[in-house]
Amino acid sequence: MNLSKQQTFSRRSFLKTSALASGGMLISFNLFTACKSDVKPPIDISQLNFNDFNAFIKISDEGKVTIFSPNPEIGQGVKTSMPMLIAEELDVAWEDVYVEQGKLDTKNYTRQVAGGSQSIRHGWEPLRQTGATAKQMLINAAAVKWGVDASECTAKLGVITNSKGETLGYGDVVKDAALLEVPEDVTLKHPKDFTIVGNGAGNVDIDKIITGKPLFGLDYKEEGMVYASVLRPPAFGQELESFDDSKAKAIPGVIDVITIGEKVKDYYKQDEKSWTAQISASNKVAVIAKTTWDAIKGMKAIKAAWKNESPLESTENHDKILFDLLDGDVFKTRRSDGNVKKAFAQADKIIERTYEAPFLPHNCMEPMNFFANVTKDKVHLVGPIQTPEATAIAISSFLGRAIEDIQVEMTRMGGGFGRRLYSDFVFEAAEISNAIKKPVKMISTRENDMSTGVYRPSTKYRIAASIKDGKLTGYHLKEACINGNMYGLIPHFFPAGALENYQVDTTHYKSNITTGAWRAPFTNFLASAEQSFFDEIAEALGVDRVQFHMDLLEKVKQNPNPNIDYNPERLQDVIKLAVEKSHWGKTKAGTYQGFSVYYCHNTHVAEVADITMKNGLPIVEKVTCAIDCGIVVNPLGALNQAKGGVIDGVGHAMYSDFAFNQGVPQSNNFNTYQLIRMGQTPQVDVHFVKRDVAPTGLGEPTLPPVGAAVANAIYKATGKRLRKQPYINNLNLEKVIG
Amino acid sequence: MSTFNLKINNKKHTVEADADTPLLWVLRDQIDLVGTKYGCGIGQCGACTVHVDGNAMRSCLLPISQAEGMRITTIEGLSEDGNHPVQQAWKEIDVPQCGYCQSGQIMTASAFLNQNSNPSNSEIRDAMHGNICRCASYNSIEKAVKVASEKIS
Repeated sequence: MNLSKQQTFSRRSFLKTSALASGGMLISFNLFTACKSDVKPPIDISQLNFNDFNAFIKISDEGKVTIFSPNPEIGQGVKTSMPMLIAEELDVAWEDVYVEQGKLDTKNYTRQVAGGSQSIRHGWEPLRQTGATAKQMLINAAAVKWGVDASECTAKLGVITNSKGETLGYGDVVKDAALLEVPEDVTLKHPKDFTIVGNGAGNVDIDKIITGKPLFGLDYKEEGMVYASVLRPPAFGQELESFDDSKAKAIPGVIDVITIGEKVKDYYKQDEKSWTAQISASNKVAVIAKTTWDAIKGMKAIKAAWKNESPLESTENHDKILFDLLDGDVFKTRRSDGNVKKAFAQADKIIERTYEAPFLPHNCMEPMNFFANVTKDKVHLVGPIQTPEATAIAISSFLGRAIEDIQVEMTRMGGGFGRRLYSDFVFEAAEISNAIKKPVKMISTRENDMSTGVYRPSTKYRIAASIKDGKLTGYHLKEACINGNMYGLIPHFFPAGALENYQVDTTHYKSNITTGAWRAPFTNFLASAEQSFFDEIAEALGVDRVQFHMDLLEKVKQNPNPNIDYNPERLQDVIKLAVEKSHWGKTKAGTYQGFSVYYCHNTHVAEVADITMKNGLPIVEKVTCAIDCGIVVNPLGALNQAKGGVIDGVGHAMYSDFAFNQGVPQSNNFNTYQLIRMGQTPQVDVHFVKRDVAPTGLGEPTLPPVGAAVANAIYKATGKRLRKQPYINNLNLEKVIG
Repeated sequence: MSTFNLKINNKKHTVEADADTPLLWVLRDQIDLVGTKYGCGIGQCGACTVHVDGNAMRSCLLPISQAEGMRITTIEGLSEDGNHPVQQAWKEIDVPQCGYCQSGQIMTASAFLNQNSNPSNSEIRDAMHGNICRCASYNSIEKAVKVASEKIS
């Protein structure tokens, strides 16, 4: 258990300063080296050139500060919150800071990934050190100018003051500061002295967003650019056999129709581990046209024949396969404490339940798209991607080009949720441009985006609890999943450590339907299953649901277990806060409450859902959400993330379904796939535990627990336990008693 | 291909396009007004919402042949400098997360408030129900529409 683990870094390993020809000072640093959790010992700065740095702070002669941030922005707000950390320690007014998305050329860098809710956690210390180092250099330069010791000087809001009360602005000393040694030891501020961190800062792109300025991949244009729409196999398991493009070519705006896929298939043979290559390794028809509409029309006019290459799978089969796996005995044990078998053999009572969840598409509002211009000199790629580095390496390999030729620029992304970790759409754009020798923008229609995606895998959990003498004695969780299984530290989350006999087993079925990361991978449904199950255990034991949890956590506190990945005290604190703020158990008649608590992505969250019944249907009126994520860097951004995660979680647990029949997705647009809308949205009441410790992530952790909070509330209202998502499908309306 | 004369944001534009081309793609590809977004193409998500003669309309469903003679306003033409009360409320509440759907949300909200400047919470929820926000910024949208209505009335 090491929750506030902080890495220490030598500033020399990621910092360099220089004077600018145009005036002012440039502080360069490698954000990804700085923010990496397993950063290697310092490298010799004299061996570095500026290509090794990817984030910059520019302080002009006038003292104006520009921070160039290279980090992918998918709506999680790091383009605002990460520069806040630098500005805090640099000690300038946030209003005087201008943030720009750094122009990217990923060939030299590592870990340019937006994912896992880790940006702020890993950036917390090094980004503050960067700001503090710059501030110290400015102070040192002023001290030299005054002929006094630097310790006699202080700096605040861009102004340095000495003991006589004389002042110099950052801009007055910036040229001298750039020539000084980078100090090794700087003091970081105490959290009580923060003026920027902890105060809400608005989205740095807000003015562009509300006036419709070009920001996103779909908005990017270049002179001479053409558009492409790609016809992909309609079913997983099918391959292109032949096609007739005569009707497409008859459309005046259509320029050409080509086949793509060979290059990705070759690349997939080289690197069979590449998930992205697997997604896109099949022949497809690309229609090139003067406008997007011509390309879409052309794509729809292609008459293609498809052949079956591997079995065409259906949800019905998957259900049977996963149940068979759960009934079988082929499992990988991920954690085993005590002796579950013995506990179950000696039990007075065993409760066993199975929880089910469907595949889910990501449905980023901005459909997958990318710009590519493959020329003799370079491969220029522009668009929304969470993994530019891996993409550049893959493109270099499959186009047979030197990595130095590949240039990737990232635009703001119209959502990510994990989908843009995979770069199949970049492969397509690059292969098309390579073939037609023109700059091209590949745009997926919503139908193509949803039906040829990378899905949250369909998963079933079977959880069993043994009860002896009115006590919970054993807990056994089995996971059966399409393709992947829970990974890393997940088996060490609660209730690991709280029970003497505890076991987690996993098994999976390999499918040709592509699956992958989806906001809070695995825990997005695991939390729903476990926290619904705990409601049933508490009921079976005849104990109070909340107190039951508090007692189990108390036990963990009394018997510390080094092999768990949560903090029992912090979980207890969020429970107490959620109970207090939700008026747990004290609601008016007709309101039913459900409780849930979970730890993931290093953050502790407890939630209470309030529902009412209207016309026999459950309405989620309100969700109270208590969070411990340490220091809240940007309260405005944090609220947005927390509320968005809760509503996203309610929506997918209640309404979203995605089935396959003979390899074909049964939904492909928002008329057949339901995303939560305004009228179904609860009010989310967010409260943060005040704790002056290093911050942890917020992009994901509020989503996983809420499904169970809703299911547990619906049980109170209707007497019906919901164990299969989306819940709306299995609410037997006749039996509603609420 | 035919020629169409359009009046967009008080400016005249002449475009060459097939008659069935949705206004959305003419705006984005030919007139360089990319603030109007593509989300679903079937009128389900609201990302492409523009004002046509003052009413909120899905530009993905409006063929260019029917758009002639209509007064079309896009997010770029909603105000001079982003100072429409709805835009200001969006900024005040810090609504956007990824931001992609927000121009459509703002266009729906501004047309709605034009017709009902003092709406109840449930009227706001009904009016905004057709616009999907995948980041689920719905609480903030609801609040921002309320704030905008206070600015207007």
